[in-house]
Amino acid sequence: MRLITADKISLSADRLSRAYQLLTEAPLSAKFGIIVIAVYIFVALFAPWVAPFGESEIVGRKFQPWDDQFFLGTDHLGRDMLTRIVFGARNTVGIALLTTILAFVLGGVLGILAAVVGGWVDQLLSRIVDVFMAIPALIFAMLLLSIFGTSIVNLIVIMSVIDATRIFRIARAVSMNVVVMDYIEAARVRGEKLPWIIVQEILPNISAPLAAEFGLRFCFVFLTISALSFLGLGIQPPIADWGSMVRQTAVLITFDDYTPLIPAAAIALLTVAVNFVIDWFLHKTSGLKDEH
Amino acid sequence: MLLQRILLGLLTLFAITLIIFLGVSMLPGDAAEAILGQAATPETVAALRKQLGLDLPAHTRYLTWLGNILQGDFGVSIGNGREINEVLGTRLYNTIFLAAFAACIAVPLAVILGILAALYRNSFYDRSVNIVTLSSISTPEFFVAYILLLLVSVKAGWLPSLSNVRVDTTFAEHLEKTLLPALVLTLVSMAHMMRMTRAALINLLSNAYIEMATLKGLKRFRVIIHHALPNAWAPIVNVIVLNLAYLIVGVIVVEVVFVYPGLGQYLVDAVQRRDMPVVQACCLIFAATYVLLNLIADVLSILTNPRLLHPK
Repeated sequence: MRLITADKISLSADRLSRAYQLLTEAPLSAKFGIIVIAVYIFVALFAPWVAPFGESEIVGRKFQPWDDQFFLGTDHLGRDMLTRIVFGARNTVGIALLTTILAFVLGGVLGILAAVVGGWVDQLLSRIVDVFMAIPALIFAMLLLSIFGTSIVNLIVIMSVIDATRIFRIARAVSMNVVVMDYIEAARVRGEKLPWIIVQEILPNISAPLAAEFGLRFCFVFLTISALSFLGLGIQPPIADWGSMVRQTAVLITFDDYTPLIPAAAIALLTVAVNFVIDWFLHKTSGLKDEH
Repeated sequence: MLLQRILLGLLTLFAITLIIFLGVSMLPGDAAEAILGQAATPETVAALRKQLGLDLPAHTRYLTWLGNILQGDFGVSIGNGREINEVLGTRLYNTIFLAAFAACIAVPLAVILGILAALYRNSFYDRSVNIVTLSSISTPEFFVAYILLLLVSVKAGWLPSLSNVRVDTTFAEHLEKTLLPALVLTLVSMAHMMRMTRAALINLLSNAYIEMATLKGLKRFRVIIHHALPNAWAPIVNVIVLNLAYLIVGVIVVEVVFVYPGLGQYLVDAVQRRDMPVVQACCLIFAATYVLLNLIADVLSILTNPRLLHPK
């Protein structure tokens, strides 16, 4: 018993040191990306302790300039901008992350199912997805939001359904390559059930491309939700959110004030960071080199 | 192959009209209640329903709706009771003007810069282009828009910060007022075109006939322009058309930033007021343009590739 735990500890220590080695070998852009993502996660988790004021607390006059008390000034209602940005990390990123996860569960399961079952199930799902994907995501989201009304629950459900169509395509394509393998045939012949085949045989073999795809889809969802919020159709006040903050403070830009750029930069920085990390990850897992 | 693709495109268009129509008719309540609002009594609602043809079954209404749209009649806005057509024409013209203007700047620039990146592959220029394009792909349009607005219009004062064009605006004035939004669209759409141009060329450079051309002592510039580029046109043209489709959608956010009276702004306002006939009309136009441009991209790539044109 003791032997096993000792073994486990040395195994996990080994993993840690390997992970550490991998990180030190990472290119500068990937390191930068990892650090930025870590900072965002920290701020999002500990928002109430990091922020100087409460999320929708009115603490000053409208549009106060940057000073010692209000580090980034105040917004159109007199709320502290820095506080709103810190809470935005929790709300904007959290909502985008939740949406992406939902989209992955929905699109992933259907995609793998279409590949494994095949036949009319595959045909039906694929044709529906084709039509959905023919409509640009932003337009489709706006159409559905105007039908069902703008609320956070609607936003999350609508965006995850729209995004699930894109994930369906990828999941179906990568599992198609796995389904034809002999070990799947073997599992079928020895009478394994469908869920077992999916979880034990297919998922482990498609996890690497799906992980990279998760990062890309997150960026896409994050940008689309931010754009919708900026247009006033996404995350609604009084929740602190970067997209709508840009819109609310936009008038300041004509007075040569940088405030509206800060929440926008927060969005841009995170997506760039995630993209850098994915770029490195893809390079690592595909084993491709650009030297030919 | 070609006929098949065109038929598929038309089928997709048909499916989209179905989605847009069915989606809206799923709404609780209908246009009659929305128009009457507080003043609605069961009798007036029933009367107005009859007048608007809402008492007919769904498939009849769909066919009438589709028929009207094919004749260019988009119905009446719930918000102000005016014909949507009155507004739609100028709005659509403005949006197409902006998108076309942006395309005129973005397409040549992206192709040239992409060729240069392929030409000087792995150089400092190529690497910095790679980082800049990767960053600009992942940046929200409004971020780029506000940065340019701050630098060009507020700090330098070269261009107006609002693009308030009217019907009587002259062409030159229109160009001046839309230059800034067009530049924003150029910046956000160029990256993808450039990357694809570079990738298409580099892909070709690994071919044997390019190696042959290099080995017989041709200059690198000549190899790329005369030997690689002609074969790369098909994928590049494909990417350009796909990006025009992207421009049509990306235009929405930019129009809102610059308060430009285009179709995107019209759609955003309509979604906020839940003015469904206007939402239907705008979504249909945007989606149809997108589908048609995608169709054109595919048709062009079939036409420029003999292997696809004459399948075995």
